[in-house]
Amino acid sequence: MLGRVPLEDTAILCALGLVLLGGLAILGWGVPVPYVLHGWLIALAAGWGVLWMLNRLGDTRAEVPQVYNDRVIRFGVVAALVWAIIGFAVGDILAWQLAFPALNGDMAWTNFGRLRPVHTSGVIFGFGGNALIATSFYVVQRTSRARLASETLPWLVFWGYNLFLVLAASGYPLGITQSKEYAEPEWYADLLLLVVWLGYLALYLKTLARRAEPHIYVANWYYLAFIVVIAMLHTVNNLSVPVSIAYPKSYSLFAGTQDAMTQWWYGHNAVGFLLTAGFLGMLYYFLPKAVNRPVYSYRMSIVGFWGITFLYLWAGSHHLHYTALPDWVQYLGMTMSIILLVPSWASVFNGILTINGAWDKVRTDPAVRFMMVAVLFYGLATFEGSFMAIRSVNSLSHYTDWTVGHVHAGALGWVAFITFGAMYKMVPWVWQREGVYSLKLEAWHFWLALSGTLIYVGAMWNSGITQSLMWQTYDADGAFLYSFLDSVVEMHPYYAARAVGGLLYLIGGCIGAYNIWMTVSGPRKTKTLQAGPISSQPAE
Amino acid sequence: MSTQHQKLERNSIRFALAILLVASIGGIVEIAPLFTIENTVEEVEGMRPYTPLELAGRDIYVREGCYACHSQMIRTLRSDVERYGHYSLAAESMYDHPFQWGSKRTGPDLARIGGKYSDAWHVAHLEAPRELVEGSVMPGYAFLSDTRLATGHLPAALKALSRAGVPYTEAQIENAEKDAVWQADFEQNFEGELQESYGAKVQVRDFDGQPGRLTEMDALVAYLQMLGRLAELDTLDPEESSR
Repeated sequence: MLGRVPLEDTAILCALGLVLLGGLAILGWGVPVPYVLHGWLIALAAGWGVLWMLNRLGDTRAEVPQVYNDRVIRFGVVAALVWAIIGFAVGDILAWQLAFPALNGDMAWTNFGRLRPVHTSGVIFGFGGNALIATSFYVVQRTSRARLASETLPWLVFWGYNLFLVLAASGYPLGITQSKEYAEPEWYADLLLLVVWLGYLALYLKTLARRAEPHIYVANWYYLAFIVVIAMLHTVNNLSVPVSIAYPKSYSLFAGTQDAMTQWWYGHNAVGFLLTAGFLGMLYYFLPKAVNRPVYSYRMSIVGFWGITFLYLWAGSHHLHYTALPDWVQYLGMTMSIILLVPSWASVFNGILTINGAWDKVRTDPAVRFMMVAVLFYGLATFEGSFMAIRSVNSLSHYTDWTVGHVHAGALGWVAFITFGAMYKMVPWVWQREGVYSLKLEAWHFWLALSGTLIYVGAMWNSGITQSLMWQTYDADGAFLYSFLDSVVEMHPYYAARAVGGLLYLIGGCIGAYNIWMTVSGPRKTKTLQAGPISSQPAE
Repeated sequence: MSTQHQKLERNSIRFALAILLVASIGGIVEIAPLFTIENTVEEVEGMRPYTPLELAGRDIYVREGCYACHSQMIRTLRSDVERYGHYSLAAESMYDHPFQWGSKRTGPDLARIGGKYSDAWHVAHLEAPRELVEGSVMPGYAFLSDTRLATGHLPAALKALSRAGVPYTEAQIENAEKDAVWQADFEQNFEGELQESYGAKVQVRDFDGQPGRLTEMDALVAYLQMLGRLAELDTLDPEESSR
């Protein structure tokens, strides 16, 4: 009946079968209730996937359309926005909890410690990850002038990735976590993500392989680096020994110093390759498209790309200055972190100079304004990052809110701004609409997001430096002038201000989601855009 | 450069492999030697694996995400050492899977919190932080006092840790469940057995103020009370431990 099953489908069916068996084992042997529920979720999803695959194999009439596959991209956009609202909202709840601790509720699942990873995973992997998957699918098809190289893999990558996110975000409040920062999901969710990620890599490479363009466009280099390096980091950092199939709990394979270095090698490069390389890929496609200019310099793209790919992986140890990590690694990490400024700013200049000749669009097109400000924040955050990696500066900044401010300058100002800018461009394209529903709302979103970011980052700079100085201030007799508690109490106004900044950002995000919703539910373009080959932007 | 690169741009597999190669160098140079250079983790007297009860407490610490606000790493800075005690040694987290050094101090460092406060203080503070420390922003953990400690998985937990390199003996793995109950026994009937198995510094008593009941609070307080107290810091050879 099935005849010869292609290799790809066999591999997919095997992977789905393994995931299904894993889910069944968890729901069968699992002891803690949340874990068993996760088993059911995994088994049902994988079982549905198997049936869907078999159904497709039986359908001999199925034809591959000769147009770009935009449907999965639309799903990715919606998922990114849903996770954005969840992630921003939980983040702001956390901010209010720090300002008014009674808001913790003192229940297990509402306390700060358990909710925090819901925020971080929600925004980094939920919002950022889905946005990257969606835009990477868009970019690789347009710049290769080829349809995604599989009819099934894009969907399995999308749903598998979001299943991972649901397992992660629902596990934390129920106490399922490794407590390795930004790598909190437990072993079974990690394994699922690994399978999904290998599918993503295979799909990306296969699509590039069928390209009608001789050269791989620069945006794809970054997306490819994002996919390859995250696969490496995720695998190594999550090596662990599960207690048994009956429990979600596992113990990291490495201990102490080695675990710390591995974790920050991972942690810093989750920033480097998810939050930087992936979004630079976005920048290198959507900014030239939006301003209708070629990328300023091909040479600078190359220098920036390989500089980032090489140097970022060395920089992780700057998270561990003055700790029990051997000094040689600390100094090496610091040195590389400073050099890292060069390729980072190469990308900044390449971005800014690309706008040359179209600066009027910054005034008239809020999406371009989003992207322009994103590049500026990228420049600011990378400068700040290199600066904070210097040991003496780090002795002031580390363990304080300054770090939190720094991360949010990058996350709110760079990552989310470039994403929203790209979304406002891509949504009308993939849904074939004339344009965004309301430019006015888009501008409102921009100004709310910008003021929210500035309030947030400003508050954290002040609180971080205040904190640190209070910890290090001595009186004339050489005794500490302030107790630790004094520094906590002093933070209150800054924490309140930060929560307000976050609220503005959340409101902006909601307006953005509404605007995109209205765009999508609005009328189609009168003259249907032929989703055929679109000329891609050459690099020079 | 450009022409060479243009060749690379024509082959996606080669490009992906080039990325993997270039990106893996940093990790290989910085991480691999940490496993081979001997003095990465200095030798210090007194370090031992966690007892089952302490481990259960540590697992609660991990589960609640305490690391988001508390570090366990006293840096070599004067202001760290004078506030929290002797700087942390690599050896002190040699059995920590995963490490909990943390990255943020919304609350104080806990690397040497053991013995600084009484059990009763910890219990009252964890249950309602602002009753004892006005101005604290810590959430309350009263539910730990009401939750029975699960011990069924402890032998498997110790076994998993021994697979990851923690030197638990067969007997310790086998007795894990019993040892956890014994350590929080208010009559301290089995102090001798526990100290024989885990060393003289094992603290045996009822930790949560509820004699006869083994709760998650028992485990967490047992863990907090031993933090930073194992290493014999005065036996440390500064020459030996400088890295």
